Amino acid sequence: MSKIYEVKVGTLPTVDEIPLGGIIPSNGNAILNKTGTWRTQRPILNRDACTDCLLCWLHCPDNSIIVQEGKVVAIDADHCKGCGICSAECGAKPVKAMTMAQGGRYEASETFAKSTL
Amino acid sequence: MTIAEKPVRQRKVVGLTGDGAAADAMMQIDPDQVAAYPITPQTEIVERFAEYVANGDVNTEFVAVESEHSALSACCGGSAAGGRVMTCTSSQGLALMHEELYIAAGNRLPIIMPMVNRTLSAPINIHGDHSDSMASRDAAWIQLFCADAQEVYDTTIMAVRIGEHPEVMLPVMICFDGFNVSHDMERVAMLAKEEVQEFVGEFKPLINMLDTENPISIGALVLPQFFFEHKLSMIKALEGSVNYISEIFAEFGKLSGRPQSIVESYGMEDAEVAVVALSGIAGTAQWTAMQLREKGIKAGVVRPRVYRPFPAAEIIAALKGVKAVAVVEKAAAPGAAGAPIFSDLCTAMFSMDKRPKMVNYVTGLGGRDTSSAQYTAVFERLQAIAAGGPIGQTLSYIGARE
Repeated sequence: MSKIYEVKVGTLPTVDEIPLGGIIPSNGNAILNKTGTWRTQRPILNRDACTDCLLCWLHCPDNSIIVQEGKVVAIDADHCKGCGICSAECGAKPVKAMTMAQGGRYEASETFAKSTL
Repeated sequence: MTIAEKPVRQRKVVGLTGDGAAADAMMQIDPDQVAAYPITPQTEIVERFAEYVANGDVNTEFVAVESEHSALSACCGGSAAGGRVMTCTSSQGLALMHEELYIAAGNRLPIIMPMVNRTLSAPINIHGDHSDSMASRDAAWIQLFCADAQEVYDTTIMAVRIGEHPEVMLPVMICFDGFNVSHDMERVAMLAKEEVQEFVGEFKPLINMLDTENPISIGALVLPQFFFEHKLSMIKALEGSVNYISEIFAEFGKLSGRPQSIVESYGMEDAEVAVVALSGIAGTAQWTAMQLREKGIKAGVVRPRVYRPFPAAEIIAALKGVKAVAVVEKAAAPGAAGAPIFSDLCTAMFSMDKRPKMVNYVTGLGGRDTSSAQYTAVFERLQAIAAGGPIGQTLSYIGARE
């Protein structure tokens, strides 16, 4: 049957249930695709150096810089792919507030990383 | 008033080339968008249709693109945006579209494309053979083959309904021979534009990315856990489309008064030897068979008008009772055991208990004529095989100096 089906999250649709033409039949579901496991490097936020210029937030391709009341407060570790754009764009001087560390997995001490993974 | 009761006086009989017939069918279909790039021998379609656009005869948005890759890309965009979209091409143009062919089919975009068969370079040559569309046969497009300008006209109109059928939703190629069909002026009986408009109906897109009430994403990354099901659903739609093609052929046959058949046959009621061939070269085969039947030789010809999906059941039914079959093709499959149609037909027949002896000929590459004398030799060989003679070499090349 050639129909556009709504796919239930967490299910594996059969050939008769799969949406027509590989489309994603609804919006706002990119959040369900947790890409945090793709990281080989992780951004480290140094709150003391941060000037809250928000360049990292502006450039992050995965909307993973969490901002509250105009301040960078956390990194969404479920969706950050570790691309390093936040660090490259960081406007803080002379010390960058966002630097990249080797390894994708956050340490328990790195409390600025918010994750449910 | 139903379509059948409409006065037939609005219909015209005109002299048209194959290209002209395709362009005029496109004009009467009046698609939302056409994006096309001219290439010999398809150029006349683009020229003629562009004139219709310039003269205001159609409401089509014509996109003058810089290549065939862009032409089909623009068509994919237009179709995904909910439009009825057409293009046309030939040979190197189809080759340049190759990437987009798969994208159009995989995204289930029912783009309609007259495709003038011309050989592929090198050496460069502008004349007709089927190597271009055969190279695209696994792209999951429906491929329809036409033998004359009338069939080009009829098939282009039917193709719209076939591709857009909600159970099919696949792009369609209308293939016809370069020059032999595309540039030969023939008598074409046209329907009135209103009749064509009623037949094709309003396009109701299943995929419409401009429907802001129901936002969707098209062309997203699909990883191994979903990809196989997507492809299989497309494959099943192509396989199942043969039934809808039959229905739409029958409906158009009733409307036009020209009966349409997925597999055309000549002399197959009692044929003992038969040729299977696509498009124009089947005409020469038929003429030869007519001559041979006057001498008492039971010769027949089977001409599939649909190549993808492969109408195996219909061809096998047409070949019932035949002792020896030659599949004559205007395309080679270099290095393969047989050319494309032969491979398909042998595969379809292999598990049958009783099947005819089969041989394969490749002919007419680069537009070389296939003569009646050559077909006479083919039928004579088939007679010898039917009488119990040795089959000999399965695949041979006919008309080449070797």
